[in-house]
Amino acid sequence: MPANRFNGHTDYGIGIGLRVPHYSHILEKKPVVDWFEIISENFMVDGGRPLEVLDDILEQYRVVQHGVSLYFGSADKPDRAHLKKLKALVKRTQTPWLSDHLCWGSVDGTYTHDLLPMPYTFATAKHTAAKIRMVRDYLEVPICVENVSSYAEFHVSEMTEWEFLTEVVERADCGILLDVNNIYVSAQNHGFNPYAYVDGVPHHRVGQMHVAGHTKFEKYILDTHDHPVLDPVWKLYAHATKRCGVTATLLEWDDKIPSFREVHDEALKANEFIDGAKKAPRRK
Amino acid sequence: MSRILATGLKAPPRHAPRKLATTADVVQLQRMLTHALVRPLTRDEGLQEKWLDGRPMAEVADGFIKSNDRLTAFERLQLYNRMYWFRLLDVMHDDNPGLRALLGDRKFVKLIEAYLAKYPSRSFTLRNLGSRLAQFIGEQPRLTAPHTALARAVARFEWAQTVAFDAGSIPVLTAADLKLTPPSRLKIALQPYLSLLAPGWPVDDYVIAVKRRDALRTEASNAVDSARATKRRRQLPRPCRGRIYLAVHRYHNRLFYKRLERPAFLILAALAAGRPLAAAVAAGGCGLRPAQVSQWFALWMELGWLCRQE
Repeated sequence: MPANRFNGHTDYGIGIGLRVPHYSHILEKKPVVDWFEIISENFMVDGGRPLEVLDDILEQYRVVQHGVSLYFGSADKPDRAHLKKLKALVKRTQTPWLSDHLCWGSVDGTYTHDLLPMPYTFATAKHTAAKIRMVRDYLEVPICVENVSSYAEFHVSEMTEWEFLTEVVERADCGILLDVNNIYVSAQNHGFNPYAYVDGVPHHRVGQMHVAGHTKFEKYILDTHDHPVLDPVWKLYAHATKRCGVTATLLEWDDKIPSFREVHDEALKANEFIDGAKKAPRRK
Repeated sequence: MSRILATGLKAPPRHAPRKLATTADVVQLQRMLTHALVRPLTRDEGLQEKWLDGRPMAEVADGFIKSNDRLTAFERLQLYNRMYWFRLLDVMHDDNPGLRALLGDRKFVKLIEAYLAKYPSRSFTLRNLGSRLAQFIGEQPRLTAPHTALARAVARFEWAQTVAFDAGSIPVLTAADLKLTPPSRLKIALQPYLSLLAPGWPVDDYVIAVKRRDALRTEASNAVDSARATKRRRQLPRPCRGRIYLAVHRYHNRLFYKRLERPAFLILAALAAGRPLAAAVAAGGCGLRPAQVSQWFALWMELGWLCRQE
């Protein structure tokens, strides 16, 4: 879905995450980049250098907000002060859509700063969807929820992860940020077929995709974002692109960050798979 | 068994719910997992073997987390427990280079573990993680003994830098504001990003020296692994006692520390406490030359520190 109501009817291409080690290169050299994804929390401050940098970036680039702390799956109600700050940032960036994770991470007002896996139950799906609707109505911007990588599953779960994702986004009537690397990582950790996951989600709701690198250990895989994207993830991305259509795609590289050029070149590899998807008829 | 007294986090249920029918059930499951994550790691960086009530942790983990063919429920929970602590320790490590250098790595980590066990994050942003560290050092002096007062001064100074970096700003005072209100009634606020400190040690020089040393170490560490570089790290002498007066602020969005003379500090502190201009100037002490005071105010206005009090 190149442009749909979940990504503000935009047709963004391939973007990369805006990260501190690249600030001076971007501001001085002004490289051509389709768009930048910012971590909302890094700019939900009251002043100073972060907002100065953001304003300079906004003058020249398209920016999409990606968050890590809305915790749609936490039982806590959304925090009004948090949402107020987020809305101010949405107005500043004019982000066409906003993404955050399908996870939880806080309870009783205590934050773990992790993206913790959900118990896949109908009750949590209902609660989570209601929270997404509430946040979207307040922020007045389309929301895409991202599937997280996970290392644990709960006994109480009543369905697969992709069934849960579908249940939530249908109830909330929101979009999906399909993180292909996260699907691959979780599939390896939990022993499911990643292609069944991609095939099982409502493709018309996918507003954005993520790709990233991960690290393989003896008994599990960690979602480290400190490597180039590995081949099985690119293959899954190609499959997802055939299923969903060419979609705004972003490379995440958050640790051991190499030069801007290296990160951007890695992101642009997605074009090879996009071209393949354009040639192939879309499968229903 | 060590019982966590984490501020703000309610006690977990004895057993995780078997079914999630209501939001209350979800809360119970989330409390259970959160308590498991925030428990300090063992000496070999593992999940503690016993749960809060003394039961084996493996049994408790089995009660709500699935095992698979490669990992037990305990091991899966341990992954999250480790990621929690590694992430938060990394943040505190980066935000407190001076305190880390002062205490040494082992003592620093013990302090931060105790701090975060007592005060887990209550904010959506990691930026605020160290906001209560100086207070905690005062509450638990044995963790930094025999240098508690110095450790507290360094922690305050490092937190002031976070504030100076990205706290908000308010409209600055203009010459017209000064003309319109008589000094006896004029109240002047200070910028929210400005912190006034009066440590008993030259903590500014100390932290600058630490950062300079660490920067040199980073440049030199390209060819060696980090463990070897750590061993070779040059110990910096602890600062000698000496009262200084500091303003930690930003100018054109760059961070600065400015030493102040004592009367200037007292005037600014009185303004920060909400005292009218005339009373604040009097707080600077008698015998101040009016020309000197005017010069200070001119500089503070130029730096954008003085604001109208709404």
